Amino acid sequence: MNHNENKFLVGVFDDEDVVLNAVSKIRHGGVRIHEVYTPFPIHGLDEELGYKRSRLPRAAFVFGITGTTLALTMQIWMLGYDWPMIIGGKNFVSLPSFVPVTFELTVLLAALGMVGTFLTVSNLYPGKRPLLFDSRSTDDKFIMAVDLSKNSLSQDEITAILRNSGAIEVNTKIVEIES
Amino acid sequence: MAGHHHHTPVSVDEQYVFLTKTRNRALLAIGAGVLLIILGAILLAAGVGVHHDAADQGQAIGENAYAVPEHAFHWTTRLWANIWLNNVYFTGLAVIGVFFVAIQYAAQAGWSSVLLRIPQAFGYFLPVTAVIMLVVFLIANHDLFHWTHHELYDKNSPQYDEILAGKHGFLNVPFFLIRMVIYFALWIGCFFALRRQSLREDLEGGLGNYNRSMTTSVVFLIFFAITSVTAAWDWVMSIDSHWFSTMFGWYMFASWFVAGLAAITLVVINLKQAGYLKMVNANHLHDLGKFMFAFSIFWTYVWFAQFMLIWYANISEETIYFEERLNGYGGIYRPVFFLNIIINFAFPFLVLMTRDAKRHMIFLKIVCCAIIGGHWLDFYMMIMPGTVGENGGFGPLEFGVVALYAGAFALVVGTFLAKAPLVPRNHPMLEESMHHNI
Repeated sequence: MNHNENKFLVGVFDDEDVVLNAVSKIRHGGVRIHEVYTPFPIHGLDEELGYKRSRLPRAAFVFGITGTTLALTMQIWMLGYDWPMIIGGKNFVSLPSFVPVTFELTVLLAALGMVGTFLTVSNLYPGKRPLLFDSRSTDDKFIMAVDLSKNSLSQDEITAILRNSGAIEVNTKIVEIES
Repeated sequence: MAGHHHHTPVSVDEQYVFLTKTRNRALLAIGAGVLLIILGAILLAAGVGVHHDAADQGQAIGENAYAVPEHAFHWTTRLWANIWLNNVYFTGLAVIGVFFVAIQYAAQAGWSSVLLRIPQAFGYFLPVTAVIMLVVFLIANHDLFHWTHHELYDKNSPQYDEILAGKHGFLNVPFFLIRMVIYFALWIGCFFALRRQSLREDLEGGLGNYNRSMTTSVVFLIFFAITSVTAAWDWVMSIDSHWFSTMFGWYMFASWFVAGLAAITLVVINLKQAGYLKMVNANHLHDLGKFMFAFSIFWTYVWFAQFMLIWYANISEETIYFEERLNGYGGIYRPVFFLNIIINFAFPFLVLMTRDAKRHMIFLKIVCCAIIGGHWLDFYMMIMPGTVGENGGFGPLEFGVVALYAGAFALVVGTFLAKAPLVPRNHPMLEESMHHNI
C-alpha cells in the first residue's frame, strides 16, 4: 500500500443551495471534484457530482438469493433426508412449511450482506479514522474537496472558480491518501 | 430525471376536462356490459354451462360438509353473486381512495399532494355501491348468504344448525343491515368532509382546512381500522357461514388496498400521458410503485399466513375452505387459486423489483393492470365457491358485470375529477411535492 501526500483545495460553503448549484458550475469549469462533505444529505447532490448508480441492489439480490437457496437446501436435507420426521402427518419435504424459514433467511442474508457490502465499499470499518477536510462539515458548513494532483488547472485558477461559485473560504490541506 | 433545481416553473392551475370521447368510452363499456349480461343470462337460463350432473353433487367436496340441504340452483344466483363480487370490489377501490388521502393527511405526507385529487375523486363511487349493496342484499340475501335462512334457527326444524344458531346474535339480517348502513355512513361522511375541506382550501388558503383534514383523517382511519375488518366478515367471510378465519379482515383489506393503489397509479399515469399533472414526475411514480410493490408482498404475507396455519393444523372445519377451492366442485377453482398467487405475488414482485421499473410508466401500467385484474380474481376466489359452487365459471355474465362496473366507475370518477381543479393549489405541502426527489 502506497502512501501519497496530496495537496487538496478545500472550499467552504455555508448554504445548501449554493453548494448544489456550485457543483455543476465547477465541474463545467473543468475542475474534478474529489468529494463534497455535508452535515445532512442534499437531494440531487449525487446526480450533480456525476456519481454512477450504486450497485448495492445487485449485491442485495445476490445475498437474498443465497439466503433462499441456503434455507431451502438446509430444510430439505435435514427434514427430508438426514433426519426425516413426521410432523402433523405432512410429507417429509412439504414446501409450505419451509416458507417462513426461507423468507426469514432471505431477508436476513440480504440485510446483513447489504450492510457489510456498504461498510466495506465505503471504508467504514471499526477503528477507521475518518478523513475530515474541515471539522465544520459535521456542524453547519458544506465542504468541497478538490485534489490538486488530479486536476490540470492551477491552484489559483481553481481557487478563483470556487470563490466565483460561492465559496466563503478556500483553504489548502495536505492529506495522506492510501492508494 | 434531472436534479430538482432544474425544474421549470409549472402552473399549479390545472383543470381536467372530461372529454365527450372519454365519457363515451365509459358509456360504451357500460352498454357492452349490459349486453353481455343479457347474453350471459339468456345462455344460463337456457341451460348452457349449467351443471346438470346431479349424481356427483352429493360427492362434491363442500356440498355435504354440514349436510345442509340447499335450494335447487337457479341461474340468477350467479348473477347476484357477480354483482355482489364487483360491488364489494369497487367499494374497495372507492374507499381505498379515501383511505389513501387520509393516510397522507394523518402522516402529514408532502410528496403526494400534487396527486391527491385523484384518490379523492374515487370516493364519489361509494354512494353508488352503497345503494346497490343494500338493494342487492334485500333482494338476494337467501341466494348469497346461507345464514339468512330462518329455518336454521328453529329448534324444531330438521335444518336447525347449532353452529349458526350460536352466531345468530351477530349474523342476523337486521344487525347486518344496520352495520352496512353504519359502515357506508361513516366512510361517505368522512369522505365528503375531506373533500369539502380540500375544496375550501383551494379558495381560502391557510392552514385551517389542512388541520381540519388531519383530524377528519385520523377519525376516519380509526373507524376504518375496525369497519374494514367487520365489513370483510360481513360481506365476504359470512358467505361461507360456518367457516371463519381471524386473518380474514386483514386479508381482504390488503387485497382492497393493493388494488386501490394500482387503480390510483393507473389513473395518474393515464392523466399524465394525456398531458395533465405536469408536476408529477418519475419520483412520484417511483413512490406509487414502491407502494404497490410493498403491499403486493403484504397481501401475499397475509394470504400465506392464513393458508399455512390452516394447512398445518389440518382441522377439517377450517381446511374445508381451501379444499373447496383446490379440489372441490370438480376442481374448477383450482387454476384461479394458483393464478391468484402468480399474478398478485410473483408478477409484481419480479417486475417491480428494480428501481427503473418503478420509474417508467410502461412497466407500472402493466403491473397496475395485472394487480387490478389479479385482485378481482382474488375476490372471485373468496366469493364464488361459497355462492355458486360447481355452477361457477367465466362467461359473458362475468365479463359483462365487470365491464358495467368499470364503465360506471370511470364515469363517476371522470365526472367528479372534472368538477374541481386537478391540483390542490393551496395545499401547504405542494411546494414540497413539486420538489419531490428520491
